[in-house]
Amino acid sequence: MSDLETLTIDVNGFPTRIWRKGSGPKIGFLAGLGGLPRWIPFLDELARSRTVIVPSLPGFPGGDRGHSVLDSHLDWLLALREILDKADLAGADLVGSSVGASLAAEVAALWPATVGKLALIAPFGLFDEKNPPTDPWAQRGDAVAGLMCADPENWKALKSPPDGTNSVEWPIEQVRASEAAARIFWPLGNTRIEKRLRLIKAPTLLVWGEGDRIMPRAYAAAFAAGIAGPTTTRFIANAGHLAELDQPAAVASAILGFLGNR
Amino acid sequence: MKLMWFHLMPYTELPEDFRDANPSVWVDIHSSLFDPKRAHLMYNDFMDELEYAAEVGFDAICVNEHHSNGYGLMPSPNLIASSLARRTRDTAICVMGNSLALYNPPTRVAEEFAMIDVISGGRLIAGFPVGTPMDTCYAYGTNPSQLRERYHEAHDLVIRAWTEKDTFAFNGRFNQQRYVNVWPRPVQNPHPPIWVPGGGSVETWRWCAEMNYVYCYLSYYGYKAGRATMDGFWSEMDRLGKDRNPYQAGFLQFVGVAESRQQAFDLYGEAAEYFYGRCLHVDPKWATPPGYTSEGSQRAGIESQVKKAADAGVRGKSTGERFAAVAREMDAIVENGYVIIGSPDEVAEQLREVATQLNVGHLMLLLQFGNMSKDLTRYNTKLFAEQVMPKLRDVHASWTDHWWPQPMESAERADVPAFVPKLAAE
Repeated sequence: MSDLETLTIDVNGFPTRIWRKGSGPKIGFLAGLGGLPRWIPFLDELARSRTVIVPSLPGFPGGDRGHSVLDSHLDWLLALREILDKADLAGADLVGSSVGASLAAEVAALWPATVGKLALIAPFGLFDEKNPPTDPWAQRGDAVAGLMCADPENWKALKSPPDGTNSVEWPIEQVRASEAAARIFWPLGNTRIEKRLRLIKAPTLLVWGEGDRIMPRAYAAAFAAGIAGPTTTRFIANAGHLAELDQPAAVASAILGFLGNR
Repeated sequence: MKLMWFHLMPYTELPEDFRDANPSVWVDIHSSLFDPKRAHLMYNDFMDELEYAAEVGFDAICVNEHHSNGYGLMPSPNLIASSLARRTRDTAICVMGNSLALYNPPTRVAEEFAMIDVISGGRLIAGFPVGTPMDTCYAYGTNPSQLRERYHEAHDLVIRAWTEKDTFAFNGRFNQQRYVNVWPRPVQNPHPPIWVPGGGSVETWRWCAEMNYVYCYLSYYGYKAGRATMDGFWSEMDRLGKDRNPYQAGFLQFVGVAESRQQAFDLYGEAAEYFYGRCLHVDPKWATPPGYTSEGSQRAGIESQVKKAADAGVRGKSTGERFAAVAREMDAIVENGYVIIGSPDEVAEQLREVATQLNVGHLMLLLQFGNMSKDLTRYNTKLFAEQVMPKLRDVHASWTDHWWPQPMESAERADVPAFVPKLAAE
């Protein structure tokens, strides 16, 4: 496995981080709520047999204040398309989690040739009044970790400042990640993606933590029913909304098994 | 100095166990707690109280905007203001204010404020708050990541709508209107004075300074907690080389006047504890929509906590943290300066100190708060007007208030006949 490389691309004038590690066929990962303030074990699991490329999304850690110029859903999708191209991910398999999964699905719908196979971990984008997702932006501070992960410690490990970090800028960066997600998905998480799911022709894996307290499990079936391409759904035991943080090996193994050898 | 009478219009019959039995007074307060027939009486009492304040000589009567809120029954302060415009003659009417980003299109604010200004003969003070997280992001669903940009754009649109002579097209980032042409136009030229209630953000201080608007700090925590914020405003004004004209500032203060301090303590304790105990029971989950607080303000807050600066108790604390830390017993309420109480002399002395130390020319006084009865409100208001007000008139007398409404000449204004109900027998 090669060392982690960090590249920087320009997106609408904002420096945007690209991580790259491993060898073999390329696979892209778009992170979920909270973004990636640090490298996570899940990415190492993927990098064992693949070249993992991880672009930051605008406003998420590594994405500077790129969200601040994106006013509409179209703005976001065009920025993402540009990011995937500049990250050398055009045509590669694409994995996304949570809010990132929703955007991965959008790209697969709008630009089918840009995405090989698709793996979506508990994507945002739908809203069922009778079974609404939990509002991630109206929570007491101490409740968040337990909503994001089955084991709250996994979220805390993602978010706790590493030794020697700037104690002022680190917390601001974490709030910014939450703001960037809100900028796309406020207030309901409903981007009306249901209108575009039928355009997704890519074979798609839906991955859901059995203990997801943000996005109800029933949404897996709704995505599966809407997507035109063949879908497979896998529930992961002892995992919450960000299943890749709770069960990195199991989620990576489900995804790599689905993608197969290319 | 100017003494202004402010009403929040709190629902006065929240149950005794409200705090324990309900998650929040705001956003998701339960509808079963609202009795429309009781609220009918409350609204009418409150409007009587505002009219009474005008009658006994307060310089302005003030109303504000809240949504889904058990202590603020004015989703539309403009409705109350339009009624007050007809029932008062010379008192300024301060709408504090309309949360610009919530109106679609924002020219609605230009229109309604112009209507109030025209009906009142030019007595309107136009308040432009961003609005609280609870009102804007949760009750109204506005995206917190766009709220401030939308606010600033709406402000630009409203000002242009008031001042441009010809119909124009507005090509904004969030608002596009092909034909902007507000009828009526405001009486005041070029437009009513603009006051901006804000928290302690550097951006808001700078904006008020640069735009020559009045900065108002509407805190429920009194002059002791407000000191750091007002000092911040004035040091920003100094930095920009602006005059320290106290009339460019407003400050909210709860007051209870009686014959003696002990009597005031006894008379106003219940209403104060009702307000700080029940009305400020806000679930902290509604306090921090991401993006609502600018990164500059977050940075200032974190840095002042790191440095253990004097203002760390205010800055960098979220609304929720402030609510959670609030004192709820009358002893502490008075000790912390949330409510100023005492005999007329004692209250006058304390308010003189507040106005001088905070350098504030506009005191917005809450003389009704919590579940205070109409009788007690009237007593408080009357005693203040007769025995406190005269003792404060000389404060800041050397400065000119450039931010006060300029109404039409009295002789030009319509006579507004007093309302006389017809007897059924007539």
